[in-house]
Amino acid sequence: MSELPLFDLTLTEEQALMRDTVRKFAATEMRVHSRSADEAGRAPEGFYEKSVELGFNMVPIAEDQGGLGAERSPVSNMLIIEDLAYGDMSLALGAVSSLSFINAVIDHGSDAQQQALLPAFTEDGFRPASVALMEPGLRFDPLKPKTRARKVADGYVLDGVKTMVPLGGSAEVMLVVADEQDRGPAAFVVERGQAGLEASDERFMGLRPLQLSKLTLSDVKLPASARLGGPEGSFDLRRLVDLSRIGVAAASLGVGQAILDYVKDYCSERVAFGEPITHRQSVAFMIADIAIELDAMRLMVYRAAARAEQGLDFRREAYLARVQCADKGMKIGTDGVQLLGGHGFIREHMVELWYRNMRAVGILEGCASV
Amino acid sequence: MINLELSKPLQDQKAMMQGVAAQLLRPISRKYDQQEHAVPEELKVLDRRPRPSQKPPAAKDGEAKKERAEKPPKKKPEGVVNGSNMSTCVTVEEMCWGDVGLMLSLPGAGLGNAAISAVATPEQKARFGSYYAAMAITEPASGSDSASIGATARLEGDEWVLNGEKIFVTAGGRCDAVVVWATLDKSKGKAAIKSFVVPKGTPGMEVAKLEHKLGIRASDTATIMLTDCRIPKDNVLGSAEVQEGDKRAAFGKVMQTFDNTRPTVAAMAIGCSRAALERTIELYKAEGIEVDFDKPLWEMSALEAELVRMEADWEGARLLVLRAAWMADNGEPNSMEASMAKAKAGRVGNAITLRCVELCGALGYGQDELIEKWARDSKILDIFEGTQQIQQLIVARRQLNLSSDQLK
Repeated sequence: MSELPLFDLTLTEEQALMRDTVRKFAATEMRVHSRSADEAGRAPEGFYEKSVELGFNMVPIAEDQGGLGAERSPVSNMLIIEDLAYGDMSLALGAVSSLSFINAVIDHGSDAQQQALLPAFTEDGFRPASVALMEPGLRFDPLKPKTRARKVADGYVLDGVKTMVPLGGSAEVMLVVADEQDRGPAAFVVERGQAGLEASDERFMGLRPLQLSKLTLSDVKLPASARLGGPEGSFDLRRLVDLSRIGVAAASLGVGQAILDYVKDYCSERVAFGEPITHRQSVAFMIADIAIELDAMRLMVYRAAARAEQGLDFRREAYLARVQCADKGMKIGTDGVQLLGGHGFIREHMVELWYRNMRAVGILEGCASV
Repeated sequence: MINLELSKPLQDQKAMMQGVAAQLLRPISRKYDQQEHAVPEELKVLDRRPRPSQKPPAAKDGEAKKERAEKPPKKKPEGVVNGSNMSTCVTVEEMCWGDVGLMLSLPGAGLGNAAISAVATPEQKARFGSYYAAMAITEPASGSDSASIGATARLEGDEWVLNGEKIFVTAGGRCDAVVVWATLDKSKGKAAIKSFVVPKGTPGMEVAKLEHKLGIRASDTATIMLTDCRIPKDNVLGSAEVQEGDKRAAFGKVMQTFDNTRPTVAAMAIGCSRAALERTIELYKAEGIEVDFDKPLWEMSALEAELVRMEADWEGARLLVLRAAWMADNGEPNSMEASMAKAKAGRVGNAITLRCVELCGALGYGQDELIEKWARDSKILDIFEGTQQIQQLIVARRQLNLSSDQLK
């Protein structure tokens, strides 16, 4: 390899432009609906259709499949998730659920599969898609799925249970990760309405508009062509997991920034003992620490994404970023509520919602590949 | 383009300094921890200062770096720069991976030198350039609140007359000169504080004692007494005028030195704690225990999870340091970011070294290993060049847009 690039924190012109657009979208189409969407347990009417107009699904899809055929950029995707999550984390993960599916198909799918699966995402309107990796119960290990795929004469038979699948109830098409008999983890394309596939709503502490669902697969019969990468192809589950860790960690950055901005405003206006509470070190230092840890988290996520983009190994960086974002992100979440005192506990303010959503950062796997 | 890897020149430099640290500092690390106040003779080979009376040679190695550091990056250069601030941080991290106290004892690398290269006129640079210069700010009754210093300077004819007591002067015993902070008029506050170059041997200046410390024992920490100490009028750094109007301007300029040195001290914490973490990982590896990034956190042993969390915190701090240095290299104001780096690196560095001692049990606590020493050394890195609390104050004021009168 020739000269390594310089250390640089400057966005490309395209990224800066995209950032502007996404931030506006997050403010006007997401944050204002965040509370009502959480209460309703679903995205606002027409939200996903609008999110598609941002165009990020089109970017990595080849031109002859109707896409833009641009270089797939984990950094750009990471930035988009960060900015969307500033508006609302649930809606952000919902909006990139299809992108996560698309990215996995580009990474691991055969040419024929890409040709068959991707053009539908370039047409008008929102096509919900999802990646089903997580499984219920304690001690879930994303690299060791327990859902089983048996090889049969004309294809595969899948059995198992998946949990926390974004848009699980409405997804037109999904990737289901399963342990293929004698071969280890593989991913299978499963379409909506498939016999033996049942989706049911789940309710979680947060992320309620994301419509996380449980999928039960009983004797799901799939053709040989459903296996991502083809019957003989390889499937790099670790890559999918690591890229998604970057995506979920990126979401924590948006939520963390939302909390920081909110508590700065609130505490600057809140008067106690004759002056704004920000004039007290115990309050001001908590806010300083939120800012410090958030920037550390951010740089770690950026580094992991940039390494992925450059084709460098990024397993360690993605892992550490996830750990840091889960730990410090949750600290930011709980401090955000604390700084508002009793008011923070009331659903009139956003901080309790961010607190609930932030807890998912160390849990979610597989659903936000950049 | 977002990239958080070190450039090739920085990687090469890192590797080279790693070699220096491993070969020159580590072998004598324990020796000078035990022989407090002894001058580390082994470090003389690293002295690159021009001999006195000799003209400073043209840019060469260490000097070249200093040369570049002298140019304040006033306007944004074309394209992105990975310059002297980044390379200093990379170097300092490696040297402190070797030994913090010894790094601070490198001849010619005093904090006073940083002040001289930042503020001195060309004429002063020619006169003071070969000094190993310490910096004297702190006083018995004046610590973080540097504006409250009581040492005085008054002009008598062509000479400044200095009086006062300075403590915690790093390298104060073995340096050639001390940059002394003193006030021209205490009633005028910050604006009246100036810094003066006082060469060793000047009558009226006396090294009163050397402190006995928790850590960084290889580095001497002196108390310096100034009693009617007379120095030439042009030994003042920067303007000697007390600006009445904008109080902040002059003092702010002096304090700006810290925007560049804070990431450096943060880099020291990064190097010191990396040493402890690496050694802990190495010791456990020999026992067959190793972090496997394929395992979820909750499938790891408590020890493994602890190592991962420390590494994550360390990595976050390291990137904050690089960012602050990168901003300085690219002419971006980085006062808040420098403090963020110092705050996180200071506390994380201390926490990691202390945890490593505990995780390694009797071996970690014992003096056959260096881990306990790193845990003693790391504490000062969360104190000097601005304590943890001062850094938080700076960040908080900036975040909340509050003045020092509002957020005290």
